[in-house]
Amino acid sequence: MRTVFSILIDAIAYGMVLFIISIGLSIMMGLMRVVNLAHGAFAMIGGYLASYAIRDLHVNYGIAILMAVIGTIIVSVPFEVLLYRRIYRKSDPLIQVLMTIGITFFIIGVVNFIFGPSLKSIPLPATLSGPLDIGFRSLPTHRLFVIACGIVTALALWLLIEKTEFGIKLRASVDHSGMADALGIRTEIIYAVTFALAIGLGAFGGVVGAEILPVEPFYALRYMVTFLVVVSVGGAGSILGALSASLLLGLADTTGKYLAPEFGEFFFYLTVICIVFLFPHGLFGRSHA
Amino acid sequence: MTAIAAIQVPPTRSIPLVREAGGALAIIVLGAIGYYLFPDDLAFLTRLIGISFLVLSLDLVTGYCGIATLGHAAQFGVAAYAAGIACVRGITDPIALLMIGTFAGTLMGLISGALITRFRGLPQLVLSIAVGQLIAALANKLSWLTGGSDGLSGITPGKVFGIYNFDMYSRTAYLFSLAVLVIVFVALSRFVRSPFGLLCRGIKDDDLRAKMIGVSVYPRLVLMYGVSGAVAGVGGALTAISTGVVGLDSVSFERSAEVLVMLVLGGAGHLWGALAGALIFQVFEHIVSAANPFHWMTLVGLLLILIVVFAPRGLIEPVLSLVARFTRKGRAS
Repeated sequence: MRTVFSILIDAIAYGMVLFIISIGLSIMMGLMRVVNLAHGAFAMIGGYLASYAIRDLHVNYGIAILMAVIGTIIVSVPFEVLLYRRIYRKSDPLIQVLMTIGITFFIIGVVNFIFGPSLKSIPLPATLSGPLDIGFRSLPTHRLFVIACGIVTALALWLLIEKTEFGIKLRASVDHSGMADALGIRTEIIYAVTFALAIGLGAFGGVVGAEILPVEPFYALRYMVTFLVVVSVGGAGSILGALSASLLLGLADTTGKYLAPEFGEFFFYLTVICIVFLFPHGLFGRSHA
Repeated sequence: MTAIAAIQVPPTRSIPLVREAGGALAIIVLGAIGYYLFPDDLAFLTRLIGISFLVLSLDLVTGYCGIATLGHAAQFGVAAYAAGIACVRGITDPIALLMIGTFAGTLMGLISGALITRFRGLPQLVLSIAVGQLIAALANKLSWLTGGSDGLSGITPGKVFGIYNFDMYSRTAYLFSLAVLVIVFVALSRFVRSPFGLLCRGIKDDDLRAKMIGVSVYPRLVLMYGVSGAVAGVGGALTAISTGVVGLDSVSFERSAEVLVMLVLGGAGHLWGALAGALIFQVFEHIVSAANPFHWMTLVGLLLILIVVFAPRGLIEPVLSLVARFTRKGRAS
């Protein structure tokens, strides 16, 4: 029972981290149809910035998160203007894959040149680092914090997309960008804002998830595949899809690591192959034929 | 596209194997230059040839069939492990090991081809990654068979044809690899101009139209994947034989990504492009990466972005158009 409970908490926390980072990628792939393999690289920039802000500038955790998110968005602007605009909605995935791999390599090289090639810790504030007693059992506070962050992110995104004018325009552009353009929606502005939102979410996830996915020099390469797989399993552009895929894959991975540590990754990818084979557009995705 | 296809088909019937002999001669000359100018770097050059097979193999599926894959190291790695395990278990004849590697690569190619080529676009890409990672996880975990993260070592192949011993300067390994490369390259340049190869090109250009003229696309792609697996298998087995160790890096995601970069750098859809990309990338990696691996990553990233933006068809394209113009002028006069 104890094992089941701790597996569950770890799995949900891991799934939530995956969700926060991947949802940005999912929105981008749903709207702009860009297979952005560099998403993890932006999450990595967020992690490095937060680590720098806390350890060298000695600011508090909340402000560090804010600085990391805004800083990463600022860094991403030239990439959007110069590179990503060229590959929005291009049908050839090979070109997108190559360009975003190039961007990933470039960011890894430059970031490690500036900050030095070592593992970056992001120290937690005292309130988040200890265990929390919830009556019948004590839980690591940080795990609960991450889960709360994930739930808040999902709710906020749902409100943004379903209830605001921006959301209406965004959904219109996803469904038919040409028609949305003709109706007077400035799709290039929608694209730019969505890009910033996606990158910001990635950076946010990179910082709060640093305890679970440690920020290290090859972070962008190591988790590149994981994030892409989450989006592909969930279906691009779907919040519910990304959430369920993150939790499902988090569960598969964590359970595998607890129960059969020597075959953890194996079960993860076996699950992925089965799901993608049965649902090529993801669990909650639609085909964009 | 039509222009390239037209160049690939010889206008008139000529003496068989003349075009291929030219290619083979060029590789032999390049190989001889490497052998005599850099006698201390033969181990590196041997590894370079091994990876070149993988790039050629990727060219068959990506360049000729338009399949986007980031898991192509699986075929290479499985073959390398198969050859390595066979050698450790007592089969030491290099030719036999090469056959075992080729067979393992073909089998792996057929399996992953059957999975990957069912879909197009994102599902295809993710499946290729997942298959590659599955193999990597297996190679890591079946450590009683593969040596796990320590790698499989103790591969000591016997003499080639019972005469030439593998020496510590890699002379034999280098010449052996070069000879195999020439044979495979000649075979492949025939193969891609065969009706089957041209049909694959047609599927790449427009798979709907190919279906309309009555081609069953899926079996062809799986078959092509099998051929590609065989070529990758040759490379894997050669690498295992010549280096004597098989590590987890031979099945890693990084290997798959790197090979794709090499192919696009040279030019997908041309065998010469694949070879040129493999050569340029690895020589530069050898030089820059020794100084600082992160500078190397920055440089590759930048190069890749520039290639995609300014020369999406690779470095071979300007060279080919120059050659085409030259031959056309020659024929007109």
